[in-house]
Amino acid sequence: MPKLNLNREPMPRQAPKLRGKNFNEVALGYSAEQALAEASRCIQCPKRPCMDGCPVEVDIPDFIKAIRDGDMPEAVRILKSKNSLPGICGRVCPQESQCEAACSLAKKEAPIAIGRLERYVADWERANRQSIDSPVVPPTPTGKRVAVVGSGPASLTAAADLVKLGHGVTLFEALHVAGGVLMYGIPEFRLPKDIVQTEVDYVTSLGVELQLDSVVGKVMTIDELLNNGYHAVFLGTGAGLPMFLNIPGENLNGIYSANEFLTRVNLMKAYRFPEYDTPVKVGRKVAVIGGGNVAMDSARCALRLGAEEVYIVYRRSEVELPARREEVENAMEEGIYFKLLTNPKQMLGNEQNWVVGMECFKMELGEPDASGRRRPITIPGSEFIIDVDVVIVALGTTPNPLIAQTTPSLETTRRGTVVADEATGKTVKDKVWAGGDIVTGAATVISAMGAGRRAATSIDEYLRGQ
Amino acid sequence: MYKILLRQDLVPNIHLFKVAAPVVAKKAQPGQFVVIRIDEKGERIPLTIADWDKKEGSVTIVFMEVGTTTHRLALVEAGDFITDFIGPLGLPTHIDKLGSVVCVAGGFAVATIMPIARAMKEKGNKVISIMGARNKNLIFWEDELRSVSNQLIVTTDDGSYGRKGLVTEPLKELLEGSERIDRVIAIGPSVMMKFCALTTEPFGVKTIVSLNPIMVDGTGMCGCCRVSVGGATKFACVDGPDFDGHQVDWDLLFARQRIYIDEEKRSFEQWQSQDGVSS
Repeated sequence: MPKLNLNREPMPRQAPKLRGKNFNEVALGYSAEQALAEASRCIQCPKRPCMDGCPVEVDIPDFIKAIRDGDMPEAVRILKSKNSLPGICGRVCPQESQCEAACSLAKKEAPIAIGRLERYVADWERANRQSIDSPVVPPTPTGKRVAVVGSGPASLTAAADLVKLGHGVTLFEALHVAGGVLMYGIPEFRLPKDIVQTEVDYVTSLGVELQLDSVVGKVMTIDELLNNGYHAVFLGTGAGLPMFLNIPGENLNGIYSANEFLTRVNLMKAYRFPEYDTPVKVGRKVAVIGGGNVAMDSARCALRLGAEEVYIVYRRSEVELPARREEVENAMEEGIYFKLLTNPKQMLGNEQNWVVGMECFKMELGEPDASGRRRPITIPGSEFIIDVDVVIVALGTTPNPLIAQTTPSLETTRRGTVVADEATGKTVKDKVWAGGDIVTGAATVISAMGAGRRAATSIDEYLRGQ
Repeated sequence: MYKILLRQDLVPNIHLFKVAAPVVAKKAQPGQFVVIRIDEKGERIPLTIADWDKKEGSVTIVFMEVGTTTHRLALVEAGDFITDFIGPLGLPTHIDKLGSVVCVAGGFAVATIMPIARAMKEKGNKVISIMGARNKNLIFWEDELRSVSNQLIVTTDDGSYGRKGLVTEPLKELLEGSERIDRVIAIGPSVMMKFCALTTEPFGVKTIVSLNPIMVDGTGMCGCCRVSVGGATKFACVDGPDFDGHQVDWDLLFARQRIYIDEEKRSFEQWQSQDGVSS
């Protein structure tokens, strides 16, 4: 038996000082040699534990073997048969807690870099699409129509699956571009928008009809969709409503929700103002409140826009940061300051209503709470002030109530999420399924895709049984 | 893409567009708004719906040239297209049989108040409308508003037409008069709405205003349009735009409307110097 190779191929990245000044992608992707070297490390173990770690059950060892065999079209075929959005997943999936955590080599602290290989295959396909012989056999039309509401990862996956099964699919998107959080939320330097657009174009090339500028709940209700020729509805509208701290001074000028800040920058391209019409306040000293991926994205955007000092303000300690480790490291390398065990008490403004400071408490960690993380406790009398001129609140999001408000028979939780069966995505309302962040609250791209896939399977079964 | 079916220049800097948008027309109600984007590099701005025609599948908007986007929009002609026209957004104005309703419109908001006054009249209310403008040259839709009102009062700041003075003066007289006023709806520039609310407050007459903070998506996603009403933070795009004028924190609204004052200036100057009107 050959000796195990425990040298994981590193991902080439733009130098920290350089990338802090541009919006180009940070991770540059494997070269062919690197991909081959990394793929060759896979021992093709018979138990395939990596697949159990994948919410959409990609045949991981098989596509890795195809890379090793130099058969890239085969690698593409295997990957795309289970995952319609590999270019996205290869970039933003938390592989370290999914497939790579389950890899047999994870015990040796050198799991196969499955995400990087996935990205390599997707990027290869993008560059060589014309040369691939893709025999798309059109499915037999079933005559059934499905309305898919929202166009983020859950919806794109459900739409692609359903159209491949022969159903007519219409995607309704409220914004002026499709992709949901992949477009408005995740920044260019982490997920280039032309990658997202390519994946959206792939889904529409399968025959999915896309209706932009369509706010379901306003322009039509779910019941109206069902009464107007749609046999089933999938709700994948995500969690788009920003949470605020509800502390004094939060409506001061210069205080953004992360949604607003990122939407201005990513969707409306405020980083190219005034060439693009939408402005954004950059600020000299920027504080981002929160410790998740969205907080890291916001902080790194602010830095790239030219802020002099950018802080992450988080109430727990470094180990509890919910963001991906890789993104925390990227942020630290780029020079983002971390003010940990710190929690805002109030925002301070000047006479023009502009934020000038943030009064914070120092925190300490107590016993673990319901989430299993140690509970942050305020240290009395520890107040101190951070000078800021822009604050970005990245505390998470809850589902937008627009659809639930106009669909009385839908069951929702106290947190505003829609109640749906975990295995099938079926809601309590007849002919309506839901999946992704609208059901779980803000989570990951891949878990949303998994939910979209399971719902598509269930919708297909229902439509065929009719 | 959305086609401009008809363009009318109501006064030199206030324009009317009838836009082909059948699905929006089908659902539009008084008091709602649309978000538009002119082209790929354009920003998203909210504009209130002035009228709609379900049969024709059209929605009418009226806008005044203020900043870069509205100046650029003024260059769009009938037959041209804009990339995005999203709506109807926001909650409709609460229309009910209330008795006597005073509809106050400042500036080009006469277009916004029209469908509300019409709906109030159709519900069986007595509608008294007040429209105010800076001067005679900015007056439009006087006959239109009169046709949906039992009584119409016109004011101009400089007295060049109608009664000289601000809309709050006839409003106050109506409240002081013998006739009972059951509801006031005031729409226009924020300062005008604030002063209408201050005028009605001592009389205890419920006063609805239509707030116009800066918005991006207009669907509750960003929170840019947050306003404080009765001490609670609301999103004007989904919780409004109509609110109780006596509960609104006006100073906060004014301040938040000025967030991008520097950028707006910079954007406008660059537009004028590079792509602006050649005249």
